[in-house]
Amino acid sequence: MDRVLIRGGRILDPSQGRDEEADLLIEDGKVAAVGAGLSAADAEVIDASGKWVAPAFVDLHAHFRAPGQEYKEDLASGGRSAVAGGFSAVCCMANTDPVNDDPSVTQYILDRAEKESPARVFPVAAATRGLQGEVMTEMAALKEAGAVAFSDDGAAIMDSSVMRRVLEYSKLVDAPVVVHAEDRSLRADGVMNEGVMSTRLGLPGNPVEAEELHVARDVRLARLTGARLHVGHVSAGGSVDLIREAKEEGLSVTAEVTPHHLSLTDEATSGYDTNTKMSPPLRTRKDVETLRKALVEGVIDCIATDHAPHAEYEKAVEFAAAPNGILGLETAFSIVSDLVRTGEMTPLQLMERMSTAPARIFGLDAGSLKEGKSADVVILDPEATWTYEPAEGFSKSRNSPWSGQNLTGVVEATFVKGRLVYQAGRGVVIQ
Amino acid sequence: MIGQDLLGIEDLEREQIELILETAEGMQEIASRDVKKVPTLRGRTVVNLFFEPSTRTQTSFEIAGKRLAADVVNFSASSSSLSKSESLLDTAKTLDAMDPDVVIVRHRVAGVPRKIADVLDAPVINAGDGAHEHPSQALLDMLTVYQQKGRIEGLSVAIVGDIAHSRVARSNIYGFTKLGAEVRVAGPPTLLPPGVDELGVKSYTSLREALDGVDVVMALRIQTERLTGALIPSVREYSATFGLDRAKLRFARPDAIVMHPGPVNRGVELSHELTDDRPSVILDQVRNGVALRMALLYLIAGRSASRGKEQASG
Repeated sequence: MDRVLIRGGRILDPSQGRDEEADLLIEDGKVAAVGAGLSAADAEVIDASGKWVAPAFVDLHAHFRAPGQEYKEDLASGGRSAVAGGFSAVCCMANTDPVNDDPSVTQYILDRAEKESPARVFPVAAATRGLQGEVMTEMAALKEAGAVAFSDDGAAIMDSSVMRRVLEYSKLVDAPVVVHAEDRSLRADGVMNEGVMSTRLGLPGNPVEAEELHVARDVRLARLTGARLHVGHVSAGGSVDLIREAKEEGLSVTAEVTPHHLSLTDEATSGYDTNTKMSPPLRTRKDVETLRKALVEGVIDCIATDHAPHAEYEKAVEFAAAPNGILGLETAFSIVSDLVRTGEMTPLQLMERMSTAPARIFGLDAGSLKEGKSADVVILDPEATWTYEPAEGFSKSRNSPWSGQNLTGVVEATFVKGRLVYQAGRGVVIQ
Repeated sequence: MIGQDLLGIEDLEREQIELILETAEGMQEIASRDVKKVPTLRGRTVVNLFFEPSTRTQTSFEIAGKRLAADVVNFSASSSSLSKSESLLDTAKTLDAMDPDVVIVRHRVAGVPRKIADVLDAPVINAGDGAHEHPSQALLDMLTVYQQKGRIEGLSVAIVGDIAHSRVARSNIYGFTKLGAEVRVAGPPTLLPPGVDELGVKSYTSLREALDGVDVVMALRIQTERLTGALIPSVREYSATFGLDRAKLRFARPDAIVMHPGPVNRGVELSHELTDDRPSVILDQVRNGVALRMALLYLIAGRSASRGKEQASG
């Protein structure tokens, strides 16, 4: 059996609080040993000196578009994009066509992923049929088929009674319910953050209160039901206080934040670039600062990309008409490693937010370099720079606000189940 | 010299605005001639690319182009369905392939002229985009005020009505503040956009306070069908609180002028008498619009024998 020895790297394993220079031996697809001066006959040796060696990243929130919108992305291209970004595991949202509200769709996604994706794929099933916010899905059957969480994502459930029942019923399967917290009636026709920027640009605004209202509602419903609530892509600083209070109260509430909401503001929209249009929208500098602090403190548990591919022609339209979302997987590490460069976070903390924490929230067997665990490993060069060209990346789509930019922080290699699936300079090695 | 495209007043320097206004004053004489045509833009092609119908603005640009002897082509494109709008840039590129010298764009969505300017070789003039900007309207408003008052610096201008959805308000806010006027905006709270004070204006929900001592009152058109019920309770209540008549105008300076970008909802934004009689300068605005647009076409399409952005930028 293949053996790989990753030598001399800085081992960052948040699951054990481990931050030390050491070797890591992979054997039979599992972590065989982590320690100083390891040797193994006939092992392939990879020199990782000066690099970080960590559990590969886990993304709780991505759109792989299959089935139904394979012109944007599919399980092969999405999976390749994932491992190129250092992710070994991706949870893909249910807004496919047909919607993943039936075990057959869940099974289809898993079958295709098994054949095509170099990354492990964990489907998130719809919480209500057809994402209509009315009739809850067969959660037990969906979980049996492989769904790891339930969410209507962008089609936020407006009826509070339906939301209550969804949360209540989810306890049957002990799976988290992920919410795109947004009161759609308050959002109305808003296409960007409401504020002086939306006034300057003459675009309809979407106030932070639209998010905060639903975070407040859903936190209270989590209290009422005792269910596991995971707040997706927090964008508003005001949501942080609500999440903090819920945690202090002991509720089962977790939250994620995207790289773009940690780095960009609504000023990025000043040129009407539709690659700055997403839902929830980019907010203000103050929100960004609050979110970064919340991530450092652990009030927001983890980073998720909300990777949302769209074809070029779909984005090349009027700002108000363009679909929401941007690519996220391949740029995530570069964008969020800024938190380490500024001294806001330690490398170990950042790795925890990207691997161990998300794995824990969804109960995935990932995010750890303990002996015997699946060897899902990433090697990172936090200082190296590169130029991101979506056309040279692995997604089928190109909708990124970082297109053409020089970024710091390079994913050197990604292992999934002990197999080298991505290596910088060589690309995706194994499909 | 002004820039390659004219997409908004926010992008202009004070000196550029003054150059446009001076050039427009020079153009006004042409309208008084027997033969209202000069050969300045002979052989140049001006395209009116209007995705949203606007008889007034389109006609004004058309007459302006013809008075400068340009060939003016009206290209009315449909934008009835946003979901079909992927053809937007295709339309623009198709047009560009016909080598126009300037393209005038009107669209009901903010930012579209900018998007078209990004792909076109020819310069683009924004003739109004959503709630963003309507630069030629603001420039003709500034020209009108300048001619009525002899100056703009130090004047007080009150803009009244649906500020939130008005491109005319935004362009005038930028223009008048750049020229040193004090700008106030007034309307029901539901029609004042968030953060508008950060654009350098003071906002009022009391018409009386907003008009106190101002030199210029600019009423904006209310889209009654869109706003009623959602943003204002009724046209009657709007008219009673923010509609201008001679009695309310007494809050302003005795020599204050009344403006409106048209078309007026008579008896809603302005009483009949304020629509028709002095101190209303509405028809002066329309008249100045032609000269102002001649100036824009001259400055943008007529300044160089070579066409095309790459050539122009060297």
